[in-house]
Amino acid sequence: MSCIYVVIEERDGRVSRISWEAIAAAQKLAALTGQPVNAAVLGAQTEGLAAEAAAKALSKVVRIEHPLLAAYTADGFTLALQQLIEKENPAHVVFPHTYQVRDYAPKLATRLGQTLVGDVTAISDGPLFTRQLMQGRLNGSYRHSGNGPCFVSVQAGAFRAGEVQPGAAAVTVFTPTIEPAQIRTRPSERFRGAAQTVDLGAAQMIVGVGRGIKDAANLPLVQALATALGAELGASRPICDNGWLAMERQIGSSGQTIAPKLYLALGISGAIQHLVGIKGSQCIAAVNKDPGAPIFETADYGIVGDLMEVVPALTEAVKAAQQ
Amino acid sequence: MKIIVAIKQVPERDAQISIDAAGKWIEESGLQYALNESDAYALEEALQLKEKHGGEVVVLTAGPERVGPTIREALAKGADRAIHIDCADLVKLDALGVARLLAAAVKPESPDLILTGLQSDDLGQGQTGVILAELLGLPHSSLILHVDKTDTGLSVKRELEEGWFQLIELPTPAVLTIQSGGNKLRYATLMGIKRAKTKEVRTLTASELAVDSAPVVILERVALPQKQKSTQMIPGNPREAAAALVEKLKFEARVL
Repeated sequence: MSCIYVVIEERDGRVSRISWEAIAAAQKLAALTGQPVNAAVLGAQTEGLAAEAAAKALSKVVRIEHPLLAAYTADGFTLALQQLIEKENPAHVVFPHTYQVRDYAPKLATRLGQTLVGDVTAISDGPLFTRQLMQGRLNGSYRHSGNGPCFVSVQAGAFRAGEVQPGAAAVTVFTPTIEPAQIRTRPSERFRGAAQTVDLGAAQMIVGVGRGIKDAANLPLVQALATALGAELGASRPICDNGWLAMERQIGSSGQTIAPKLYLALGISGAIQHLVGIKGSQCIAAVNKDPGAPIFETADYGIVGDLMEVVPALTEAVKAAQQ
Repeated sequence: MKIIVAIKQVPERDAQISIDAAGKWIEESGLQYALNESDAYALEEALQLKEKHGGEVVVLTAGPERVGPTIREALAKGADRAIHIDCADLVKLDALGVARLLAAAVKPESPDLILTGLQSDDLGQGQTGVILAELLGLPHSSLILHVDKTDTGLSVKRELEEGWFQLIELPTPAVLTIQSGGNKLRYATLMGIKRAKTKEVRTLTASELAVDSAPVVILERVALPQKQKSTQMIPGNPREAAAALVEKLKFEARVL
């Protein structure tokens, strides 16, 4: 019988949270298709990671082990998974949607004549895979057609890691054939950017500013509100890309993750890359001129309006409330 | 260095979107279109590499006739010529189908480097560059912020999650997908806009390229997302709304 494979990633030597979420997604898919769920871990030494995964309700865990998989490369991971997939012929292959997966899963799918359905937020009968379109303003439902495995990657936070039940899976080892010359890229050790002087992760109040501010010249309006609140200033990516605020103030998947008591999102539409960084906020209030902005699906409170008018009014209201 | 930059025209960010009658895509009539943001950064990187090392920058795009102004914009910024794959029903293809069209157009050009933005602002799949590399048999790296030419190929700065980076060395020819923010984008000059009018735009049709672009994954329907939370929308003029929000933050949410 055909099966589902989940490709697990590690983080600090442990199964990453989003990998557990990918397993939860695979189990949802298994409930619809009746297929058993297996997991694969890749690396030069995978025993610990495989043992951690094998303590969950999976049919089996495959250790794809090779010295050339010690450091991630798209060439190495693609070759290794291609060989496992050709041997096992799964119906579905589920990935966590990480930067690493984005780098090789489309290549792997292409090699097998398939197309990845990436960044999936829901799985329903069919199976149909839902993913966001138009920067989160629309959802699209995708169906896989034809023969061969269906490749899916799941968005962080879309499935519940806690729903994965304990179990005892068999662990097997799979040794792919990889020649050094087949790995064409040479990655360095990872490194941090400039020393971080702003720790948004620890801030209790954060005012975030996005494209809606239109011009760097309007930033003092937002700064005045942050000062009145005693809040740190943060931003969505485009503001930092433009050099209007330092990169270290960027909130989201490529910047900082925040967990304040209050997050005030000003002129931020709410693309998923930003939303993943603000999920831990206790209370989110948003101001945006577009009533259809996805930030209003995540916020506790919303005001539809022009930042140039609403932000100064908020500053006044905050000052009045403090008296 | 001969560089091909694959770009895409997408609906403008602020465009009001609605779902079409069939529920399969958005209503396109009346929409304003623009150059996809990360593709603008890919173009900028290509132009800077050309300024440093010489060579040629060719922009490549697939889309219907309306992509013309986007092509002219890229030419006005400094690209030398353009290839337009005339394709009216791009949205019916999947990422593999589109990449197959692009690959067929790239192949006879034999470029040293192919750049594209890391993802489109409309479909957001972020796959085109990676698939293109596989179809062309080339190495790739994604989410790139900076490109240096070396004696043996390229050294690129790749963005990882949560503020981490990595340098990657790879031989050319290669494909890179460019992250936004690595460079400052230039504006087209008046001279550039003038020159763009006389630059070559070669149009190819999908049938000329003779590729199988039948989709493996099919977009069945589009819908408005359902609210995850019950958001309290606060009405009133700016002053009233601001006062009401602060009141709620203080006494209801108790976060002030």
